[in-house]
Amino acid sequence: MCFTTNFWPFLVQGLADGFLYALIALGYTLVYGVLQLINFAHSEVFMSGGFASYFVLEALIGTSQPHGMASVGYVAIGIGAGAFGGALVAFLLERVAYRPLRRRNAPRLAFLISAIGGSYFIYNLAGKEFGRNALEIPAPFLNGPAFTLFGATIQTDYVVVAICAIAMLIIVDRVVAMTRLGKGIRAVAQDAETASLMGVNINRVISQTFVIGGLLGGAAGFLFGLNFGVAYTMGFTPALKAFTAAVLGGIGNIRGAVLGGLLLGVIENLSVTCIGANWRDVVAFGILVAVLLVRPTGILGERLGRSA
Amino acid sequence: MSAPASMAAAAAASGADGDALVEVRHVTLRFGGVTSLSDVSFSQRRGEILAVIGPNGAGKTSLFNCLTGVYTPQVGEVLFRPASGTALSVVGTKPYKVNRAGIARTFQTSRLFNALTTFENIKIGVESRFSVGPLGSMLHLPHTRRAERESDAKVVELLEFVGLTERANTIASSLPYGDRRRLEIARALGTRPELLLLDEPAAGTNPAEKASLVELIRKVNTVYGVSVLLIEHDMGLVMSLAERLIVLNFGQIIAAGTPREVQQNPAVIEAYLGAPESDEDGR
Amino acid sequence: MTTISGEAVNHPERMASRSPAPGEGRYRALVRLSRNDDVRRFVISVVGGLVLALITGPEGNGVQMLSGINGALLHPHVFICLAVTVGVWVLITVRHHFARQVEHVSGRVMALPKAVLPDRRVRAGLWLALFAFAIIYPPTLNSFWQNVLVEQIGIYVLLAIGLNVVVGYAGLLDLGYIAFFAIGAYSDAYWTGMLPVHPPLHLNPFWVFPLAILTAMLAGVLLGGPTLRLRGDYLAIVTLGFGEIIQIVANNLQGVTGGAQGVINIPHFSVHVAGIKYHWGLSNLPYYYLILGFIVLALLAYFSLEHSKVGRAWTAIREDEVAAEAAGINTLKYKVMAFAIGASTSGVAGVIVASQIGFVEPGDFTVQLSILILVLVIFGGMGSLAGAVVGAAVLQWLPQFLRVHPLFGYNQLDLYIYFGAILILMMIFRPEGLIPSRRRRREIVLAEHGVGSADAMESGHSGGGLAAVANPEADL
Repeated sequence: MCFTTNFWPFLVQGLADGFLYALIALGYTLVYGVLQLINFAHSEVFMSGGFASYFVLEALIGTSQPHGMASVGYVAIGIGAGAFGGALVAFLLERVAYRPLRRRNAPRLAFLISAIGGSYFIYNLAGKEFGRNALEIPAPFLNGPAFTLFGATIQTDYVVVAICAIAMLIIVDRVVAMTRLGKGIRAVAQDAETASLMGVNINRVISQTFVIGGLLGGAAGFLFGLNFGVAYTMGFTPALKAFTAAVLGGIGNIRGAVLGGLLLGVIENLSVTCIGANWRDVVAFGILVAVLLVRPTGILGERLGRSA
Repeated sequence: MSAPASMAAAAAASGADGDALVEVRHVTLRFGGVTSLSDVSFSQRRGEILAVIGPNGAGKTSLFNCLTGVYTPQVGEVLFRPASGTALSVVGTKPYKVNRAGIARTFQTSRLFNALTTFENIKIGVESRFSVGPLGSMLHLPHTRRAERESDAKVVELLEFVGLTERANTIASSLPYGDRRRLEIARALGTRPELLLLDEPAAGTNPAEKASLVELIRKVNTVYGVSVLLIEHDMGLVMSLAERLIVLNFGQIIAAGTPREVQQNPAVIEAYLGAPESDEDGR
Repeated sequence: MTTISGEAVNHPERMASRSPAPGEGRYRALVRLSRNDDVRRFVISVVGGLVLALITGPEGNGVQMLSGINGALLHPHVFICLAVTVGVWVLITVRHHFARQVEHVSGRVMALPKAVLPDRRVRAGLWLALFAFAIIYPPTLNSFWQNVLVEQIGIYVLLAIGLNVVVGYAGLLDLGYIAFFAIGAYSDAYWTGMLPVHPPLHLNPFWVFPLAILTAMLAGVLLGGPTLRLRGDYLAIVTLGFGEIIQIVANNLQGVTGGAQGVINIPHFSVHVAGIKYHWGLSNLPYYYLILGFIVLALLAYFSLEHSKVGRAWTAIREDEVAAEAAGINTLKYKVMAFAIGASTSGVAGVIVASQIGFVEPGDFTVQLSILILVLVIFGGMGSLAGAVVGAAVLQWLPQFLRVHPLFGYNQLDLYIYFGAILILMMIFRPEGLIPSRRRRREIVLAEHGVGSADAMESGHSGGGLAAVANPEADL
């Protein structure tokens, strides 16, 4: 069978990709939960995180080759910088492209169009300012095989991605479940009007939701950039796939985003063994179309998405 | 509620079986944990004006939604037997098809096409019965032009019928409240129904408008021969219009019969916590 | 997600009811200042000026890190930008504070147009004037502009008119519109025998038109059928995904579509009917008139459509889908119809371009182009034919004009920065577009006042939130 050859390496790759998708997907799912809006510009949040981490690490590491504890430190800084960059852009996006529309009760179409506009604005501006070529993030650690598992060599960067991603996902899950902020998010997601009657500051919750999504997406930008470099166009495809993951797992559902991300990563990569790398994007988009047509609520999701 | 009482209610609800236009059989509708309608059965005779009453949250609008294919009940059947055309099982049929078969409805809060004029609103209802395609429209084929003329004529007729001729070119959103109700009825009539479902047609209207609405509904029944099923809270209106009543409470039929019978039914009185108020405004 | 049982989540903002501590007075004053609308707008205008400087500044070079930003912000150029944006702020603030006087003047200025424009004869006259201009003027242009007229303006006007049916009339957001264009172009390549796969018979490209129309419509129906049941945002993403898939497929299927290199040598148009013989060669003007012909046909057809039962059904669906269904309208059918009709226009455009340029490749069909066409329609005015024509013409003309007369540091590559900004600004300040359709303008104004919704994507309930199920007792 085509996907039993090379199964483990591709599975590992799939999980690594999957964690990235999960991080980005959470951004979509959280915003969708509170605003019922697909934040089309989330791809640029991801991209901004990548660039932010690039600039910081370029300044700090330059051409040196850190190792040991310094590496851990730099990874943390990278994540921090990426998260900050993503959060900043997400925050601005909400303020500039969405809030004015909410204030004037704009139709849903307007939000989507504004999001598209925001996305194009940001990514082309980034391209202009930061150059059109891909840039390599200076490596915070020496990459190499870390260990082998069932015959698949696991590279250090996979380990890094996995650890960082898992840590962030757990943190966000706990934040949403246990903190006041998280309760606010869940309240607004359930019923914004009632939440505001209960004293929840809707605008602030929405802003915070965008910021959290931005933190995750931006950090994902850093992790992605470690492997693939950063470029102004880096956002589009991973974000679209992450959206697929969010829908696959059940949009609005945090655990669903994680599940969807991992599942998509694995399926996408395993399918490469069968049909070749050229078609991997088609697999991902194909899943998107299929899920939306057959089960728009996703695997763990709730009833929505149908128009009557 | 005791078993014999519910069976009696069910029996009274069916009326004389002979010429049933609509038969609702054992309809149960659930949403997650909430049971909206529970084993509802009744039938409506051709030409009858039947009213559904009950406290808020009793399931009345859900019933309408089941009757028009908007909701699909988990259990039960809804059979519609129009005089023109074949019998239709409403459950699982799309709303537009149910309308084509002959059931039209109005909504609790008038759902008009607000940016369009009165004339256009009614016209949309009327022309849904004409088969006109894009090609005909683009090429101005004679068939299409004839359909336009005929539908225009019908709209004018309906405007007169509901008394909105003066306001034909007013944008729907700027119509006074009572006129909005009339417009919705006119649009519904445009679709040539045999059964018209009116969801609280008089809610929020003042006594004068209410009286003229009663007149209008009666005219709909007598002039166009349309059977009417209406949800109402206003007992005065219900008493003056309805031949039979069905009382819903918590998704079940607790009583049925003539207005007089129902008013004296102890279960009904209990459900309403005393005598039903005779002037309850909309929401 | 669990329910919050009556617990206040944030303390509601309350003004402190205790005596102010020192320093707090200044803090309060600052807070008050930050809430002042004029101050806010000023800050925005300054930031906007900086952003404008960035946009109109030089290209950055990532390796030199912030060179682009430095180049833009540390240059006297930045003051010009700030002057512009702060100037706009001044105008807005004046307008805000002298609203009455401003209304008075603008009322007088707008009086004539407002009185005269709604008259049908005036509008018909304007269209005729435009048409006459479109026929007479082009031959006087130089070849660069004639080429622009064909490739940039003409084709995109046609595309905008087509997308207007989908987005403007039916309210469906199609982000993969360019896919139908691709289908038209590849159809042309196929039926003239230029693809690796060969057709049953070779056709003159002119006769490809009806086939391309049918193929595109079929694709529209096949794509639309299953997906148009989805709600607005989901539909947009699915169409986006579909557009991507088409491009990747075109790229990969070497044996069918010629792969990434594309198809070459597609023959130009020629007619040979009843003794009339005409061949479209390399000259631009004949293509322009061909496109103009199609534009006029499309305008006439879609105008009639808009004012027919179909057009009214689309409006009803946009306004209130549930009510439309209750009035006997098969909403899915009409949505698919809009999709297919829009697709056919795109297909026609594809055939024209394929035969005009003679060369087709997957790189021509990017998502970016779908979005460009969307920008054109929205800028011009969704649902308005005049809007689509004028909007497309203006937005396609402007970049070319700036190319020839570079003002203010305009750079070809910056185009989409401007388009992105235009989309956001349009949505905030003038969602009905440049030349709005009257109905649409009404819908938007009504929606802002909370009466009904301005598009079919609203499913009724209060903003925010995944209510698992709408209240069963309420209206859908």
